[in-house]
Amino acid sequence: MTSIRIKRPPIALVLPGLLAALTSIAPLAYLIDIASDRGLNFVWAEIWQQRTFQLVGRSLVLAGSVSMASVFISVPAAWLVTRGDIPFRSWWRVLLALPLAIPSYLAAFAWISWRPSMAGFTGAFVVLTLVSYPYVFLPVCAALSRLNPAIEEIAVIHGRGRSLQLILLAARQVRGAIATGALLVALYVLSDFGAVATMRYDAFTWVIYSSYRSGFNPSRAAILAIVLVLIAFVLLFGEKILRGQNESLLSARSVDANPQHRVSIKPVAIAFLTTIIGFALAFPIWRVVTWVYRYGSEDSMSDIATALWHSVFFSGLAALATILLALPIGILAGRYPSRSTSLLEQSTYVTHALPGIVIAISMVFIGVRLLQPIYLQTPLLVIAYVALFLPVAVGSIRAAAEQIPDSLDEISRSLGLRQMAIVRRVTVPLLAPGLLSAGALVLLAGMKELPATMLLRPTGSETLATRLWTYTSVSDYAGAGPYALAIIVFVSIPTAIASRRL
Amino acid sequence: MASIPLTTLSKTTVTRTTSRRTVSTLLASLATLGVFSLAACGGSETSENTQPASTDSPTDANDPCASAKGSLTVYSGRSEKLVADLYTQFTSDTGIALEVRYGDSGELAGQILTEGNATPADVFFSQDAGALGAVSEAGLFAELEDAVLNRVAAKYRSESNTWVGTSGRARVIVFNPTLVSTPPTSIDDLVDPEWSGKIGFAPTNASWQSFVTALRVLRGEDAARQWLEAFAANNPVAYEKNGAVRDAVNSGEVSLGLVNHYYLYEKIASEGSANVIAQNQFLPGDIGGLVNVAGLGALKNSDNSAGSQCLASYLVSNSAQRYFVEKSFEYPLVDGIAPFDGLPTLVELDPPNIDLSDLKSIAETQELLNDVGLLSL
Repeated sequence: MTSIRIKRPPIALVLPGLLAALTSIAPLAYLIDIASDRGLNFVWAEIWQQRTFQLVGRSLVLAGSVSMASVFISVPAAWLVTRGDIPFRSWWRVLLALPLAIPSYLAAFAWISWRPSMAGFTGAFVVLTLVSYPYVFLPVCAALSRLNPAIEEIAVIHGRGRSLQLILLAARQVRGAIATGALLVALYVLSDFGAVATMRYDAFTWVIYSSYRSGFNPSRAAILAIVLVLIAFVLLFGEKILRGQNESLLSARSVDANPQHRVSIKPVAIAFLTTIIGFALAFPIWRVVTWVYRYGSEDSMSDIATALWHSVFFSGLAALATILLALPIGILAGRYPSRSTSLLEQSTYVTHALPGIVIAISMVFIGVRLLQPIYLQTPLLVIAYVALFLPVAVGSIRAAAEQIPDSLDEISRSLGLRQMAIVRRVTVPLLAPGLLSAGALVLLAGMKELPATMLLRPTGSETLATRLWTYTSVSDYAGAGPYALAIIVFVSIPTAIASRRL
Repeated sequence: MASIPLTTLSKTTVTRTTSRRTVSTLLASLATLGVFSLAACGGSETSENTQPASTDSPTDANDPCASAKGSLTVYSGRSEKLVADLYTQFTSDTGIALEVRYGDSGELAGQILTEGNATPADVFFSQDAGALGAVSEAGLFAELEDAVLNRVAAKYRSESNTWVGTSGRARVIVFNPTLVSTPPTSIDDLVDPEWSGKIGFAPTNASWQSFVTALRVLRGEDAARQWLEAFAANNPVAYEKNGAVRDAVNSGEVSLGLVNHYYLYEKIASEGSANVIAQNQFLPGDIGGLVNVAGLGALKNSDNSAGSQCLASYLVSNSAQRYFVEKSFEYPLVDGIAPFDGLPTLVELDPPNIDLSDLKSIAETQELLNDVGLLSL
């Protein structure tokens, strides 16, 4: 950025932005209420235990190693499918994003039922890396395809044409996208329950979950959840440092005609991509297809179709609502960077580290007291989804927004456009692909989501995820198979959209 | 203790005969579903006449279903697979529509506790007495009618009359007879070095944690800790679920497993007796032989308390009791209904005397399990 002129953000963006941030931090109010119910001494005694520190340590080790592994997989893979001259690169790109369609508990179940010895850190690390690396892969792809090719051309002219060097060069240029992706992965890992429970890795979420589920002890769980929020703060701070100042290396439009570099060792590159897809996608699909083939289906097609409809309906509404609320924050953070807009943006990330069950219980608490008419109705479930998935949408909208060159704003202004008109006629149209991918990301996350769906779904409305969980929780392969297959197939559609449009 | 060898012996035979008969019993029970008629609510209890012992069957005068109508919201910790048919039958027998919210009993109890008096639930049907105890302690349950309560022995219902058990499950030691000729008959035998590394258990399983809670309640915190430390020192092998413990015992991966009695019969029903060599060792008179119940309570703030009482009476009727026996191999809690195919009766099992509501203190149990290193795997 050449000029450090502070632009005043339009009020028409600030107000909805505040509303969105409020939705997202509402669960915190519940946590604080319940934690303070028992007094500060109680809170302190709960936190100040050796076990708490062990839990923090174990969770951080897992989050850190999964984030790093995700970056190591995603950056080269993203470079290969956006800039390398490998064949069928758009197909590779979709395939590499598809593991997002696999719920972590399903992937973990597929692995541990095949190799029980994977239990523990290894299993949790492998499964979480395989299901969450697309959170890095997708934003990096998006950034790379908008990267101004000039720098690469200069590098090639100066004889730095080897793939590895180009990848490292590209990685430096899109480090904002990498940091955002790594943050999402870390927060995802901290809040994941399904994989760590199935792999029996003693992480924070497990203890929180059991305090609620079999402990009838909401205050202990709330207090431990607050520790998770604090960890999320630390991670957010770290991401800010990593993201650094954003240089204007990106061009305004997607550079479809961007140069394809000759990949030095093509077979190695193809083998690398195939291996990722094999472990992350083909393996769980093979397991699920085996169950269906061997055990058939216990439920009728109409049961499955009804569950599918509920999944699509709830998640579709959530995707629309989330985009509407994420748009102002994304534009504010991307186009009007300042301390207050970044605070607004980051407040949406805070609850992302909370396990879904904590958000869900918070929404029960708030819903039954303040929103009784919509309690256990579709709107409240949609609000819970918004709180859960807002950061996913904000992240991809902000990334797209900050790639729009300031010069476009300046030109528009010089042509006499007012600020909101610029937002409406220049910024939002340029964001369209980002919005579509954000919507698709929310759609797929909603279809996989479990705890909030369990607690807040309208009574009697089973979704694919709740059916699948009911069966896998009793290790019923026969019942689980068709729902697992349906989730993978139908969540793959928004996933493919998200990955193609980025 | 004299009864133990006898029980062991009879159990061994029971298992064998059970295995052969299970499939046909299941088929028969499914067939009866079609003509499943409900007595307590239709007032035709006596005409069903299969169980002459039910002398206290409700008469029309105190039939809770006589004036019941409308609809009910049920929070069901019991799975759809197990109880959906029963609910459908209830609706067709009584005309009361059910809106059923399925979930994990603990989660649903947590939901009710968080909802407080504003809960939309009319009835909570829980897999476990502890969850009922927690809701009861929060003062959210209404008292059930005597006609319902008196069907079930005092041991298997709330002391404050707020919930009633509907079926029971006994903790047992499942063992692999090729590895173990004389299985232990008390949990105190399990800390013997002979069993080091040979016992499977499911540390996160609610029934295991209920057993540990019973240990704390009955023997006190110190004695419970002592047993758990000795047990932990014996290197028990942790599994994710009871079913996995049972499978590990059957395959010989471990010799003994701490599970509920019906897991064995489920495996036999689905895989056939030829594929199942594991057997159950019941623990009569021992604290390890805890009998926990599934049961239900009616929410105080319900706007259809007549309907709630009707559903409660329905679930302790003879037909519903037989349904549980045949479909889930659980223990009936009503006099005159026999347990599944030759199993020792609850009276023979002589389970520990405990107020099952006390099984709610699972948070303390988990802290203790944390302390002795048994909760994390």
